[in-house]
Amino acid sequence: MYAQLVETGAAETSEKDREFQEKIDRGVRIEANDWMPEGYRKTLIRQISQHAHSEIVGQLPEGNWITRAPSLQRKAILLAKVQDEAGHGLYLYCAAETLGISRDEMTEQLLSGKAKYSSIFNYPTLTWADMGAVGWLVDGAAIMNQVPLQRCSYGPYSRAMIRVCKEESFHQRQGFDVMRQLCEGTEEQKAMAQDALNRWWWPSLMMFGPSDKDSVHSEQSMRWGIKQNTNDELRQKFVDQTVPQAEWLGLTVPDPELKWNEETGCYDFGEPDWSEFFEVIKGNGPCNKDRLAARNKAWDDGAWYRDGLTAHADKQNQQIAAE
Amino acid sequence: MSKEWPLWEIFIRGQHGLSHRHVGSLHAPDSEMALKNARDVYTRRNEGVSIWVVESAKIAAFDPDTAEHNFAAPKSKVYRHPTFFEIPEDVGAM
Repeated sequence: MYAQLVETGAAETSEKDREFQEKIDRGVRIEANDWMPEGYRKTLIRQISQHAHSEIVGQLPEGNWITRAPSLQRKAILLAKVQDEAGHGLYLYCAAETLGISRDEMTEQLLSGKAKYSSIFNYPTLTWADMGAVGWLVDGAAIMNQVPLQRCSYGPYSRAMIRVCKEESFHQRQGFDVMRQLCEGTEEQKAMAQDALNRWWWPSLMMFGPSDKDSVHSEQSMRWGIKQNTNDELRQKFVDQTVPQAEWLGLTVPDPELKWNEETGCYDFGEPDWSEFFEVIKGNGPCNKDRLAARNKAWDDGAWYRDGLTAHADKQNQQIAAE
Repeated sequence: MSKEWPLWEIFIRGQHGLSHRHVGSLHAPDSEMALKNARDVYTRRNEGVSIWVVESAKIAAFDPDTAEHNFAAPKSKVYRHPTFFEIPEDVGAM
């Protein structure tokens, strides 16, 4: 998802750890200054910071189309969406900071390439239809994951998720609306929409992370109440929700194995190419280098402005002190 | 990396007549920028009519480990609630 392959380590067995687990089991939310096992703290820092980095890097594929949106209204909508992503990144960075990591440390981890972010943002946005597919599929998958995270055992993360979820529905709907307009347009426009679906379908399914049988950290995360559903559960839910929408648009999901299963009441579907997923995670996706370079450039180019604001604040403080 | 900006806690009055409520936090070099950033981060959808910003470092709080001790006293003072007192029905509304 926005956080993939988050390492947990194993839980300790001290008296305090046992009490902590009981608290989680009773559904009590953990707050910033409460005692917590180091493993829980580290897992959350990894997960929340990864989630935050994803929101920030996630601005790039869409930022690519702001100046080329087909109308002023579409441009304004896209700007608002990208601005939301920046806000989501901020809520999440603040939630991570309550666990004892500084903003600068997280920025440093992202810029140096040490930190991970979601695999999905390492794919290019080649046409305007990609703005539709990203909103509809990528934000759709994100909602699927973030709705249960509103009940996460860690208070600051759960509250950040509540804010994010309130705003995320707009993202998915505007994406679907872009797709719908293309599908109701000319043959070429509909072909553009189909092409975007073809390219984004599998990477969207990979967002949920590896299959449960290969997901080594899920179990501990679920016991700690950080994660509520397994990767496969959420992926299935996403497929079941999205396939009828694709049919409504008159588009074909690019999976020859996709078919309705009367018995389970769910869709059967093919296996994503996990070797591609692991390559992207390792840094070998189509855009990994571009994304990091763009973040580094933005940070470096903004240095004079940040320094200016700091200098101004210092001067004001000195004047107040002198009075 | 340059000096990290201090953290500010953000409080927003959602509507006229309501009190300010804590909504989150952000980094800013001074209160003026904290207010401007808070407006952009926390009120993009008409969530507020007023914003307060307070430097996080200036907020004091009890240690959560002492919560049981700090908030125990009222538990034995149930007479502070009006429902403690039984008023005969024929007395009427009170």
